[in-house]
Amino acid sequence: MNPKGKGAAAAEALAPRFKLDRTKVVPALVGRAEDFWIVSGLAGAFWEMAAMTNNGANYYGLGGAMGAACMMGLGLALTRPEKKILVVTGDGELLMSLGSLATIGTINPPNLSILCVDNGHYGETGYQRSHTSLGVDIEKFAQGAGIKMTCTVASEADIPNGARMLREGNATAFVLASVHPADGLKVKASLDGAACRLRFRDAMLAASKPQ
Amino acid sequence: MGLIVETKQAPRWQDELYDLLRKANFTQFAYVPDAGHSIMIDRSLKDPGVHSIGLTSEEEGVALVAGTDLGGGRAVLLMQSSGVGNCINMLSLIKGCHFPFLTFVSMRGEFGEGNPWQYAMGQAVEPVLKAMGVICLRAERPEDVVPTASAAITMAYQGGQSVAVLLAQRLIGVKKF
Repeated sequence: MNPKGKGAAAAEALAPRFKLDRTKVVPALVGRAEDFWIVSGLAGAFWEMAAMTNNGANYYGLGGAMGAACMMGLGLALTRPEKKILVVTGDGELLMSLGSLATIGTINPPNLSILCVDNGHYGETGYQRSHTSLGVDIEKFAQGAGIKMTCTVASEADIPNGARMLREGNATAFVLASVHPADGLKVKASLDGAACRLRFRDAMLAASKPQ
Repeated sequence: MGLIVETKQAPRWQDELYDLLRKANFTQFAYVPDAGHSIMIDRSLKDPGVHSIGLTSEEEGVALVAGTDLGGGRAVLLMQSSGVGNCINMLSLIKGCHFPFLTFVSMRGEFGEGNPWQYAMGQAVEPVLKAMGVICLRAERPEDVVPTASAAITMAYQGGQSVAVLLAQRLIGVKKF
């Protein structure tokens, strides 16, 4: 038996997962961040999206409340059906709220896209292995939840399809980016969620005013 | 249309509460199915003007309420007292980020409860919610419900607070075993 356990051996057999460089693949998948209203989960995705939006008013980043990201995106998508909502989160955050995929799958709002940056580890707490590096496949959860459009981006050849899915879907899209366990983009950003709420909400209301 | 008979026999306060929430611009009703909220849940399912959102667990509803507020809308969470326990860490989102929050909790584990499993969480609802900064209001009688809910809506969406209206077991009726 593999010393890391049966699950680890199974995951290692699944080449080429966990190979892509997240500092390249996440920007390639998201493209112009200002085209979306973005909610991120905590930790790696938080810093990454703060960097990609340059702490923009179209970005609400979670510094805690692990498991909140997808459902915040759903609430936002249902409230503003004319706006494209993007949730960016990690495998650890999403593993804590797999039920929210089931809830989203019952509704499938077309203006909601979810990008899960799966590095198979809890990067923020010292890169302990997560369930996804032990054989768990979150894309299959999303499929089983009834989310209409899903894909895994594990090689550079998969990127154009993933990028298209995040932008052009007529139902909720779920894209799993399988990346190497190393830190992503980072920029100095405030963890003040109350200030961020006011900034995001004001920008959203200003952008939603009838012309 | 068999449900009309059911609605007629039901206590009117549930319909009044639903109408009050609709007048106050709540357009998302999130819940884990519960007998105490069944009339409101059924009305939200039949109402083309709202999203009726069944949750797998109550903490999903806490995050949904916050996301709805980010878009400038209003969502309400309907849950049973046992569901309050599932929400605790997620309420750090509400408290720490100053989101308005409104929930209606159908109480078990109090007046006349015959199921011993309901007492632990039922009795913990108020201290646990208060510890997370949620103001608790109780409605004991049918005539309390609308005035209490009106006050709670004002406190949440003008006062910027997080508020739980506890619908007492005496009001809802004791489940028979």
